[in-house]
Amino acid sequence: MSNTIDDIGISTTGERQAVVATPGATPDQDWVIVARGLKREYDMGGEIVRALRGVDLAIRKNEYVAIMGPSGSGKSTLMNLIGCLDSPNGGEYWLNGMLVSAMSDDQLARVRNKEIGFVFQTFNLLPRATALQNVELPLVYAGIPADERKRRATEALDSVQLGPRLHHRPNELSGGQRQRVAIARALVNRPSILLADEPTGNLDSTTSQEIMRVFEELSRQGQTVVMVTHEPDIAAHARRVVVLRDGIVESDERRERFVDRVGIQHATTKVAHD
Amino acid sequence: MNPLEAVRLALNTIRTQKLKSAFTLMGVCIGVMFLIAVVSIVNGMGVYLKDDLVGKLIAINSFEVRHRPNINMGDTDAETWREYQRRKRLRDYEVPAIVEVLPAGTRYAVTADASLSMSSRYGGGPRSVRVTGVEGAFFDIKSLEVTEGRLFAPQEYVMGTPVVIIGPDVVERLFPNLNPIDREVRIAGLPYTVVGVAESQGSAFGMSFDNVAYVPLQAPARRLLNTEQSMIDAVIVQSPSEAEMTEAMENVRQVMRMQHQLRPAQKDDFSLQTADSALEFWNKLQGYLVLAGVALPAFGLVVGAIVIMNIMLVAVAERTSEIGLRKALGARRRDVLAQFIVESSTLGAVGAVAGVALGVLLALLMRTVTPLPTVVAPWSVALGVLVGAGVGIVSGVYPASRAAKLDPITALRQE
Ligand SMILES: Nc1ncnc2c1ncn2[C@@H]1O[C@H](COP(=O)(O)OP(=O)(O)OP(=O)(O)O)[C@@H](O)[C@H]1O
Ligand SMILES: [Mg+2]
Repeated sequence: MSNTIDDIGISTTGERQAVVATPGATPDQDWVIVARGLKREYDMGGEIVRALRGVDLAIRKNEYVAIMGPSGSGKSTLMNLIGCLDSPNGGEYWLNGMLVSAMSDDQLARVRNKEIGFVFQTFNLLPRATALQNVELPLVYAGIPADERKRRATEALDSVQLGPRLHHRPNELSGGQRQRVAIARALVNRPSILLADEPTGNLDSTTSQEIMRVFEELSRQGQTVVMVTHEPDIAAHARRVVVLRDGIVESDERRERFVDRVGIQHATTKVAHD
Repeated sequence: MNPLEAVRLALNTIRTQKLKSAFTLMGVCIGVMFLIAVVSIVNGMGVYLKDDLVGKLIAINSFEVRHRPNINMGDTDAETWREYQRRKRLRDYEVPAIVEVLPAGTRYAVTADASLSMSSRYGGGPRSVRVTGVEGAFFDIKSLEVTEGRLFAPQEYVMGTPVVIIGPDVVERLFPNLNPIDREVRIAGLPYTVVGVAESQGSAFGMSFDNVAYVPLQAPARRLLNTEQSMIDAVIVQSPSEAEMTEAMENVRQVMRMQHQLRPAQKDDFSLQTADSALEFWNKLQGYLVLAGVALPAFGLVVGAIVIMNIMLVAVAERTSEIGLRKALGARRRDVLAQFIVESSTLGAVGAVAGVALGVLLALLMRTVTPLPTVVAPWSVALGVLVGAGVGIVSGVYPASRAAKLDPITALRQE
């Protein structure tokens, strides 16, 4: 990990190191994610696969973070832990001041529903349901009454420019539109983090840029975004880039340093808004 | 997720997977259909026996004093039968004592009957007819009227005049295209004058009630009706109400026991036959038939349950990624469990409703094309729907718990 002060305007390396260095302490409210020495091992019939070997990570409200790393480095494993889909074998995971690593299955489901908005590489929309019904799904499990569900789902779809496509089914939509339905679904319950695992993995480059513009706009509006990608020019859209290797954090730096280091030529033109 | 939401989701899934749902429904549907149909047949036979058969033979609030029951629905064992054989026949000189203890307002009739050959010079050869010698209020009690001619006059009963009232079958056979009134018939060779034609009493199980003739008990044929002149077959007593009938029966029982000089420990050696006692065997049999009517379709429902379970297991496997997604979006175990159980029980209930509809249709069809007077029992409809939904729930539990236990990450990864 880089030891220099790395100010991205929201959190500094020093602050992040301080908050992960005190095991057991409840982080401040504005730390959305605090992982301390997070471990995840898989027992493959006697052989232990150590997918995460002690990850320290702290993310403040409204940060826009990309997680990178080679295949098998543990990106998806970390995303599953951050998204409360999985529990660690060791270490602590705090989400909005709640110790998630100690929660039961049902509590985790509750947290996923309230705090996390997922966007998947393969969109994962229900094929027989309309865009509106797909977006309503998290609200169904939140126990929101039908008319309010419909109103909020319509709003969410409007915000991703899909207002005219409410009653289309996934197979009647383009890849980019499907991913925007998925984003609307992720945002409809006003989660504290938007988690995206390879959100552009199944999209062409034009559509990928379109989705990145949606993410940037969300980040500008104050949404905390964590995104996994293996494409450096997609990662360069985030304001902070974390690189994993062999289950630990290899580097954690602001976008500009990352771009300089890996030498992305065309990325700077796309991040002109900073 | 609230229950209404779960049902809506289930109906949606069923709608979008029509063919698969139809197959799933079939097992329950067929089981329930047969349940309704079989119960309606048994029920219909019961109604038929009560209203049409026994109702015709034994009038309302009436009982018949006989030396042994004449309506036997098959439950008499050999021992009882031998005891019946040993019984003393009823005699006409026992009647006054019986009549004496009848409460006011009670009507009675005395009958003796036998199958005798009847012939006329207008029709075909001699024909065997059920001839009943009657006395007292017989036609009133049976509410039997004549369509032609008249009933017997009081002095005809007293004098034993050779007059006869014949049933429609006898008219058809012995007086083809003729008005039989005032014409002569011969009963076992004895000449009788026809004074009336009795109204039709229909038939039961293909056996006509119209091949009958009635004569005054004291008429000449009497000696042919029984081996001894004084023997009679029944004293029929009818009371204005059920309570009075019970009272009359008790009085008659005491008188008969006295006349037969029975000690208190001895059983009655005569029978007081009511509609209920005639139906006793049927009621017992009906229980078994209904049991069979429920047990056989139940077997079909078990098969239906296995089909539903298998289809639900396939559905869980097919929808693994959907389940993973739902869990990622906040569905708890119990939400997923509820989703699949509600789905399978909705399938079961829809199948049951279809089965009820088909079963009722089948019952109506049988009523129109066969002589079986099927009557759909309301309880079998309720049972059918309950059982259908129950089958759905039971067969959904295992697949649903499999779905609920799926790990969201593995489930999501599956395509
Ligand atoms: N369910 C599992 N059982 C066993 N091993 C697993 C499981 N999931 C992941 N692993 C292992 O953990 C390590 C990290 O996997 P992970 O999926 O997190 O990598 P990744 O960084 O997301 O890779 P990619 O870029 O290919 O998606 C790998 O060695 C992988 O084989
Ligand atoms: Mg991965």
